[in-house]
Amino acid sequence: MSVLYLVLPLALLLVLGALVAFRWAARQGQFDDLDTPALRALDDDEAGRGAV
Amino acid sequence: MSRATRPETPAGTRCAHCAVPVPPALQQPAGAPSYCCRGCATAAALIREAGLQQYYGLPEGRDRPVTATGKRYDEYDHDAFQRLYVQRRPDGTASMELLLEGVHCRSCLWLVERVPLVLPGVLRAELEVSRAVARVTWDPAVTTLSAIARTLDTLGYPSHPFRGIAAERVRRGEQRRMLTDLAISGAIAMNVMLIALAMYSGWFGAVEAGYERYFRWISLLLTIPAVVGPGRVFFRAAWAGLRVRRLQMDLPVALALAAGLARGAVNTWTGVGPIYFDGVATLIFLLLMGRYLQHRSQRAAADATELTASLAPRSARVVDGGGLREVPTEAVLPAMLLDVRVGDAFAADGVVESGVSSLDLALLTGESRPVAVGPGDIVFAGTTNLSAPLRVRVTAAGEATRLGGILRRMEESAKRRAPIVQFADRMAGTFVALVITAAALTWWYWSTRDPLNALDHAIALLIVTCPCALALATPLAITVATGRAAQRGILIKGGDALEALATPGRIWLDKTGTITQGHARVVHFTGDPSAKPFILALERSSTHPVALAFTRAWPDLDAPTPALVEQVAGRGIRGVVQGRTVVVGSPEFVRAGLRSAAQVDPEDPVLTPVWIAIDGELVATAGIGDPVAVGAREAIAALRARGWRVGILSGDEPRTVAAVARSVGVEASDAIGAATPEAKLAVVERSLRDGRVVMVGDGVNDAAALAAATVGVSVHGGAEASLAAADVYLATPGLDPLVALIDGVGRTMTLLKRNLAFSALYNVFGAGLCAVGVIDPLLAAVVMPISSIIVIATSYRSDTFAPRP
Repeated sequence: MSVLYLVLPLALLLVLGALVAFRWAARQGQFDDLDTPALRALDDDEAGRGAV
Repeated sequence: MSRATRPETPAGTRCAHCAVPVPPALQQPAGAPSYCCRGCATAAALIREAGLQQYYGLPEGRDRPVTATGKRYDEYDHDAFQRLYVQRRPDGTASMELLLEGVHCRSCLWLVERVPLVLPGVLRAELEVSRAVARVTWDPAVTTLSAIARTLDTLGYPSHPFRGIAAERVRRGEQRRMLTDLAISGAIAMNVMLIALAMYSGWFGAVEAGYERYFRWISLLLTIPAVVGPGRVFFRAAWAGLRVRRLQMDLPVALALAAGLARGAVNTWTGVGPIYFDGVATLIFLLLMGRYLQHRSQRAAADATELTASLAPRSARVVDGGGLREVPTEAVLPAMLLDVRVGDAFAADGVVESGVSSLDLALLTGESRPVAVGPGDIVFAGTTNLSAPLRVRVTAAGEATRLGGILRRMEESAKRRAPIVQFADRMAGTFVALVITAAALTWWYWSTRDPLNALDHAIALLIVTCPCALALATPLAITVATGRAAQRGILIKGGDALEALATPGRIWLDKTGTITQGHARVVHFTGDPSAKPFILALERSSTHPVALAFTRAWPDLDAPTPALVEQVAGRGIRGVVQGRTVVVGSPEFVRAGLRSAAQVDPEDPVLTPVWIAIDGELVATAGIGDPVAVGAREAIAALRARGWRVGILSGDEPRTVAAVARSVGVEASDAIGAATPEAKLAVVERSLRDGRVVMVGDGVNDAAALAAATVGVSVHGGAEASLAAADVYLATPGLDPLVALIDGVGRTMTLLKRNLAFSALYNVFGAGLCAVGVIDPLLAAVVMPISSIIVIATSYRSDTFAPRP
């Protein structure tokens, strides 16, 4: 059972990592428009929106 | 909104671009694609040239003809314009947000985002379908903004500069922050819950004292950031409420959070007594969820003003020392001389200097018939020049114009309208007082009998009665209802509209485009049918509404090419066709050229009479009018059956309005005609004194009234300003969606009240158990989320808006 003293903080670190990733995604604006990407994903041809 | 599949019909009968039936005159021999109009043909050529034929294989196709405006968008390249709207990047590229008209489906998204393939120099185009705003990035060294706008225009998406970038950025930042807070509180709540579960299971077996202490400390360390991080909004709101001496829902929440955290921390330190961390963390998460849902459903409503501002006319042609110069509307000043082409909207108010033409005032006044103007007449910004070029001396520009005034009043009434206090908010004051009194009483009662646990009983009561289910009940019911309604083509911008529509009041319907079909048609034609090709020969060359009615009436007829055509503004059109003199126009106009006096039956007052003479003989008469939409009468009867008082409020001629009122069963006293936009606003404001007012309309002339009404409903095909001003938009034509809206709202309010009643019941029950000291932390931890889950489940299972039949 004493492994809990190690595993619990590790698990919480994982949670922290997930939160940091989420915050990054939110600040990038990945959750701003939830309708359009759903429509866009169905097109296989991505060439039209070439990257800069 | 758009049909699911492209109908399987042979090419040659349907337009190869938009699948609308093609007039026989335009049908091509088998094998070659046919187009219904030049707009579609041009758009299709552009698409083929760029190698985007895949567009026609998409499951959702275009379902209406391309209506390119043909504008040059020169003002987009003007310095003043670029300074206002264009953002320059350090790498030399430029970007801008454009509001597009005509965006309605997946195919539009596909096509707009492929503009870089159509026009070299465009680096990226990203479209947000729900707001119809496209973000375009281009290389100014290769292409110009006006070229991009022209390309979009050719494809059927006229663009406007989006003016609300700053406000939008603020709202967006706020939403991102809320989302991050929601995630943090959610993650903490789940983990504290998991640990709590381990400890509760220890009740039945045994958890070593050392582990228990460890769990408690970890829970404390997790809960502190949840309370001071995402949870801070409740303290701030409670404090703000206290300062203005109002009891708000946030007060007991803040009390529960603070008391729970403090008492839990003390108990963690001493190692005895309950900790409340699981309850506190779950509380924050559930309440934030309610807040987030509410915020999201209100965001669309907040876009309204910016979208309206983006739609005002934006360029004008100034006569400058003999030459013509295209300038942005912002640069138009009084005393300038403007040149207004046929089909253009006036950019400013002014006086006609030279030229004779007719105007379409429908946008401003709702008048469905064209009005003749000549030198010395006053014209208004926002109206459209129909038949001949005009030179206009500007008297008022920008905000000072009549249109500017209407838009400003619209904004003002939108701001002035107090937000409807929602049902839950009205309950809040009483609820808060009750909870705090109950907690105080519990503490007082137990302090004499069980002093050690008295505080714990009171804190348990505060936490158990926290209005999680209550806070979720309203936003959830509204979110679910608006989502379902949107699938049916009813777009509801805010929750306020739902509550306002639940109790019957007064409905004012605009006539043109709402009760009627919105454009002129040939309602009757009496006389020699062989005259039809001669009429068409003349009318096909004109964009006058009467001419359009004739070309729409007989799309399959072939017409000879006229040798000579002359339009007489406000009176008619005459010309020579196959050697014969043809005159089509108002009775007075035609009678003047007749060789013998003509006797014609009295006209139907609703219709505009048109006479047709060939070689000086009256050969036919026609009545042009705007027929009542199918099902309008039944829909109005249904609305009245539900307790609404239905009236007509129109800018059209009183005689016409009265006739339409009779035919749809509206009482004559409730049919108001010849109402200017200002008069419409006044009528709506007057009716507001007697209760709720729903205004249904489609034009800019309705915009102020729409914004002032308790609920503004804009209908299919309406002007974009009316869409922006309205609380509800009906995407399918006719009045049936209005009935569906009223019925759906009724069911939504039932659901909402059921949710609220259940949450209240739960709170009373929980508070009772706490007060008598029965509830323990485990029971509280189980019961609290369950009540929220029940509210969520009933909300999603409800049939608020039935699916589209």
